Amino acid sequence: MDALKQELKENLIEQLNLEDMTIADIADDDMLFGDGLGLDSIDALELIVMLDKSYGIKLTDPKEGRSIFESINTMAAYITENRSK
Amino acid sequence: MKNVYINSIASISAQKTLDNTSFLDAIEDYETNVLPVINPNYKEYIPPAAARRMAKGIKMGVVASKIAIQESGLDNVDAIITGTGMGCVRDSEKFVSAIIDNDEQYLTPTSFIQSTHNTVGGQIALELQCKGYNFTYVHASTSFESTLIDAKLQLELDEEKNILIGGVDELGEHTTEIQKLVHLVKAEAVKTSEVLDSKTKGAVFGEGANFFVLSNEKQATTYAEVVAIKTYNTLAETEVLQEAIHFLNASNLNIEDVDVLILGNNGDVDFDAFYTTLAEGFKNTQQASYKHLCGEFNTASSFGFWLASKVLKTQTLPEVVKTNNTDTTSFKTILLYNQYRGENHSFTLLKQC
Repeated sequence: MDALKQELKENLIEQLNLEDMTIADIADDDMLFGDGLGLDSIDALELIVMLDKSYGIKLTDPKEGRSIFESINTMAAYITENRSK
Repeated sequence: MKNVYINSIASISAQKTLDNTSFLDAIEDYETNVLPVINPNYKEYIPPAAARRMAKGIKMGVVASKIAIQESGLDNVDAIITGTGMGCVRDSEKFVSAIIDNDEQYLTPTSFIQSTHNTVGGQIALELQCKGYNFTYVHASTSFESTLIDAKLQLELDEEKNILIGGVDELGEHTTEIQKLVHLVKAEAVKTSEVLDSKTKGAVFGEGANFFVLSNEKQATTYAEVVAIKTYNTLAETEVLQEAIHFLNASNLNIEDVDVLILGNNGDVDFDAFYTTLAEGFKNTQQASYKHLCGEFNTASSFGFWLASKVLKTQTLPEVVKTNNTDTTSFKTILLYNQYRGENHSFTLLKQC
C-alpha cells in the first residue's frame, strides 16, 4: 500500500503539472480538492483517466469521484480493492 | 473619428526586450536556425496554480500583456484582441501525440483545452478579470495586423477607450521538425548578424509575444499614433511599390514623407525580392529590418510594430536594425511592410505624437 501511495503522489505531480511540489509536500491524508492541494474539476477528469489507464478502473458515475479522490489514502484504498491491472 | 494611439508596449523576444528602459543596446548574437525567446521569470508574474497548465506561448502572452497594462497605468482594458498564426502549438502537439501513443484512448482534457488558438486571449482575460470583447485572429502572417485593424476601427468609432492587442506565437518541437523537413526553416545555422544577407532558402524561425495598449486618448507617455493599416492576401512583386505609394497617398503622404521604412525581410532567397523591390523605391529613405533579431514567425511583424513604436518615442534608431545609412535624425513617420513567402502582405503607418 505504501508503494502505491508513493506511486500515486508521483503520478499526481506529473499528470497535473504540480511543478513546485515534491512527494514530501503531499501527506497521505491531505485533502486533494478544496482547501488542500487545491485541485479542480479539470484535475478530477485527469484523475478519472489516470485510474482507467494505469489501474484499469472505469468510473461510470463521476459522482463517485468525490469520495475516491478525497485524499491519497482514499485513492489507494479504492485502487487496491478495484484494480484490474 | 478619433485618433488611435499606442500608449504602452511590451515585448518578449530572443533579445533583451523585456526591460523597456533599454533599446536593443546589447544584442544576443546567436548562431542557429531556430531562435527561442529569452524567458522571463514567469513565476514573478503568474501564480503557480494558474501557471501549471500554461504552455510557453500562454505564459509569454500573459506576462507581456501584464507588462503592457502596467505601463499604460490602467487597471484593466475594455477589450482584448490577440493575433496568433499557430496558436498553442505545444499543447496541440501534446494532445495529438497522446491520441497516437494511447491508440485513441485515455485522452485527458488539459492539453486539449489549452491547445486552442484563443487560449492566450482567454487566459489574459481570466488573469485580468476582463469580461469585455475578446477576440483572436488567426490569419497567418497578417494575424497581428488583423488585431490592429479591429482595434483601430473600434477606437476610432469610440466603441472602446482602451484595447489590449498582441501578437504571440510559440515554437513547437514537432512542428519545427516538420518545418525543417519542408525547408521553411533554413537548413544551416546562421549568425544573427548574417541572417539578412544569408541568401539561402527558408528562414531562421523564432517565437515571441509583443503586446500593446491602444487608446483613443493620448497620454504624455504615448509612443506613437497608428495612422493606417492595410492587408493583402495576394500581391505580386511588381505591385508592391505601387501599392505602397497608394497606401501613403491615402493618408496624404508621399515616399519623401517617410522617415524610416521598416521591412520584414528574413534572408529567404526565394521571397526577399518583395522587400528589395520596395526598398529600391525608397532608396533615399532610412531603412531598417528586424527579423534577424527575433526570427520568423506568423506574428513577427508585431516585433516590427514594437520597434517602430520605440523609434518614434525615443527618436533613436539602433545601429543593429539599420540596413542603409542616411543622415535622418528626426523620425516622424514610419512605414512598415511585411509578407511571408509572397502571401499575406501588410502596410502599417505610424507617426510621432
